[in-house]
Amino acid sequence: MSAVLEVTNIKKNFGGISAVDGVSFDVREGEILGLIGPNGCGKSTLFNCILGQLTPSGGEVKLDGKLVTGLRPSELNKLGVSRTFQLLQVFPKLSVRENLILAGQEHQSNMASRLIGRSDAGLTDAANQMIGFFKLDHLADEPAGGLSYGQQKLLDAAMAFMGGPRLVLLDEPAGGVNPSMLADLKERLVAINREKNATFVVIEHNMEFVMSLCSRVMVMAEGKVLAMGRPDEVRKNPAVIEAYLGH
Amino acid sequence: MSGFAKPLKIALGLAVVAALIVVPMNFNRYGLFILSQWAVMSIAAMGLNLTLGYAGQVSLAQGAFVGIGAYAAAIMTTHGWPLPAAILAAIVLSFAVGWVLGYPALRVQHHYLAFVTLAFSTLAFLVFRNESWLTGGIYGISNIPRPHVFGLATNKPLPFYYVCLGSLAIVSLAVWWLIRSPWGRAFMALRENPLRAQSLGVDTRRYTLMAFAIGSALGGIAGALYAPLTQYIDPVPFNLSLSLDLLMMVIVGGAGFYFGPFLGAMIAVLLPEWLRFTEGYYLMLYAVAVMLLLIWSPTGILGILDRYLAERRTKAASALRAVAKSRLETVQ
Repeated sequence: MSAVLEVTNIKKNFGGISAVDGVSFDVREGEILGLIGPNGCGKSTLFNCILGQLTPSGGEVKLDGKLVTGLRPSELNKLGVSRTFQLLQVFPKLSVRENLILAGQEHQSNMASRLIGRSDAGLTDAANQMIGFFKLDHLADEPAGGLSYGQQKLLDAAMAFMGGPRLVLLDEPAGGVNPSMLADLKERLVAINREKNATFVVIEHNMEFVMSLCSRVMVMAEGKVLAMGRPDEVRKNPAVIEAYLGH
Repeated sequence: MSGFAKPLKIALGLAVVAALIVVPMNFNRYGLFILSQWAVMSIAAMGLNLTLGYAGQVSLAQGAFVGIGAYAAAIMTTHGWPLPAAILAAIVLSFAVGWVLGYPALRVQHHYLAFVTLAFSTLAFLVFRNESWLTGGIYGISNIPRPHVFGLATNKPLPFYYVCLGSLAIVSLAVWWLIRSPWGRAFMALRENPLRAQSLGVDTRRYTLMAFAIGSALGGIAGALYAPLTQYIDPVPFNLSLSLDLLMMVIVGGAGFYFGPFLGAMIAVLLPEWLRFTEGYYLMLYAVAVMLLLIWSPTGILGILDRYLAERRTKAASALRAVAKSRLETVQ
């Protein structure tokens, strides 16, 4: 399996604090990599550095072997890298369907032809399919801001898949989602991973969710990589138990 | 306004258009001037509604773009160019200047952006007033000719009103197309959540600049019609208060609603005329009316309608649910 994403020695300092302190890892084609660690250990900052939302203080990011450090988030997204956010990030006044069309439209042809072309950029069917896939059918025409927290989380995840991404970085997809919806979400993620051959990196605090979903797990503490391996290996690692999992 | 049935909406639209064509035929000179002014200001307000209402970029410079368009048209038509050429020049010029004015919006937002655009507005006014070799300074430019359309002179008020109304119709259709295109959706994404938009591949920089440039270009068109309407321009009408008036039109009508600018311009241009019978009190009444409206509905007049329709939809939906539930219980 080749590496989709290679991260080498990424650093990010905020003033005198190094939030991410020389992190290196790679993500293999088609895998689901879990990223765990205590609050404030630099997981989200690492995501933001990889995705161009923050400029790293050092290090490099390669996508399919090509250097992409310093690209803007929108440029990275067009290269097939998508994400979800820890806090809810939907477009509250647009309907669920409009949210999904928006999430895919910038991947359709170019800016000029989107102005003169169809108003849905030819995405209504794809959006409806995604709505069905995430079981949001009865909410398709509701403004996204009117959905419950868990439903908005599902919509947020659905949006990340509209552009047909190769690599998706999910930041706490399970946070605040109730158990039955969580099982649904996991099932959807596994299905997309298998059928569309999409590669995932998942930040999550829900251990059961991570350990059952991911093929490998990376543990971070204080801005550094503490361990990397199969879920059962990581679970037994004394350093991980000490720093995170507790006694 | 999804609460109305489609045929009803179309019939209503046609009735309004027909009224705008037929009713003014027996208006006097002043009535036609006011109505033409409404059409022109609607175009400018529609531009600001695009920048502010849809794309969420605060601008206190729309009046300056009306000025840029007006001076471009005045200078060109008094030198023998036809009005369509002048309008085209006004569009290109205000689009380009608007694009450049968009750059600060890539760094600053909200109140800070308001101040940047306010400074630009002042700068534009100073250019209109001080560069008298070009603009005629405080004496302005007079004897601005009105165009011939299909060989017909539009010197009389009624024909020129139709020029303004026709332009408003063309601009309205273009804006309607833009709003419902993927661009309109991207503009709303800028307003609602630029961070999320970026991560979905929306080039927020380019769309922000476009929102400013297109909105400003509409201001330029309005200006290019304003000059032949008044046939005389000087710097005063294009000072900061025009920008504030246009902002008020957008907010009062309902920012981010397609029909907001038409209503807002109607209130700003026509209401003072209707209140004229109160003589000395009309400006006070006008100010109080605007204050009360915004306290009652911060989202403007169309915000009231929108809330009413949303409420009705919710009620209808819960009634349907109740019926479905009772049926389910009967079956069980």
